[in-house]
Amino acid sequence: MLFHLFSTFFIIGLFTFGGGHAMLPLIENACVKKKKWITPDEMTQITVIAESTPGPVAINCATYVGMKKKGLAGAVTATLGVILPSFVILLLISFFFDRFLEIKWVASAFKGIKIAVGILIIDAAVKLLKKTEKQPLQIILFVSAFVSVMLINVFALHLSTVVLMLAAAVLSFAYYLIKRQKTGEAKNDLP
Amino acid sequence: MIFLELLLGFLKIGCFSFGGGYGAVPLIREVVLSYGWLDEEKLSYMIAVSESSPGPIMVNMATYIGASQAGIPGALLATAAVVLPAFLIVIILTTVLKKLLKNETAQTVLSGLKSCVAGIILATGVYIILTNCFGRIGGFSVDAKAIILTAVLAAVYFGAGKIVKKGVSPVLLICLAGIAGVLIYGWN
Repeated sequence: MLFHLFSTFFIIGLFTFGGGHAMLPLIENACVKKKKWITPDEMTQITVIAESTPGPVAINCATYVGMKKKGLAGAVTATLGVILPSFVILLLISFFFDRFLEIKWVASAFKGIKIAVGILIIDAAVKLLKKTEKQPLQIILFVSAFVSVMLINVFALHLSTVVLMLAAAVLSFAYYLIKRQKTGEAKNDLP
Repeated sequence: MIFLELLLGFLKIGCFSFGGGYGAVPLIREVVLSYGWLDEEKLSYMIAVSESSPGPIMVNMATYIGASQAGIPGALLATAAVVLPAFLIVIILTTVLKKLLKNETAQTVLSGLKSCVAGIILATGVYIILTNCFGRIGGFSVDAKAIILTAVLAAVYFGAGKIVKKGVSPVLLICLAGIAGVLIYGWN
């Protein structure tokens, strides 16, 4: 079983391009349809967990499936399996990348590629934005974060984006408390 | 001490990067530039290499940066550090706090956090494109080639989905941009 977990996630890690989100359909195909390790409901839950927790989406998925099937040993095995291809490939790239960039046409190609990266980052932001709620709180947080990061970059300010995220979390929490008090709900669901 | 810096830097990235691979870019950029591991130019190249190599983008970046700073031990340490928070959080969520994500308070906080992260990523993308086209603040210059290439690539990437059903994938966009780069900036 452990070996199956390892080999399945190793293959998923080796054949997904474009990061963790591209991995979700592969994981669904392998773990839900073929091996029936997890149910479709659990797959939905994994997607929710992956999207609401920090860190690489692929790691969240591998850890979850491994944990379900074989406990902690399974979680470790599946996670190692999904990381190993990346690790080996990038290690090899790191050995020759600098020399590779000294070749004129490679350097030119990367000057073009640099421009594609900017577009892909904007695309990622737009996709995430589509998934967010459009209530006043969320819009205010989005706009303030955008303006703050522009100012941080332009004026080279020493303010970490981590501070912005913590502030957003605290403000959302405060907003929730105020809203709950106003509506007078007696629900007691604080964690 | 490079190993301690790699450990702390990538733990921070692993703990606070929401929204998948590109969601981590603002934070990776912040950490990598503040420690001086790569310059902005090289960082953009590495984002493209990480996207075009198989596997999670964050793991790819951690392995490369770790290896470039401190060899194989550096690569192991940086990769472990970026993976560990996600690993532990899922373990905790599946064992101790099974209902946490369904909790209304957690939902509100996550929803606010997501909007904030979307703003951070968008600003990072806009700033990277502005510096590609107009240089850095203080060294203002207009790069006509970069402006035209940005417009063309954006039109291809965002327009293709409307014509061809599947659209242009990120890896294909990177390939097209590489070919355009060779044609515009010369091959020898």
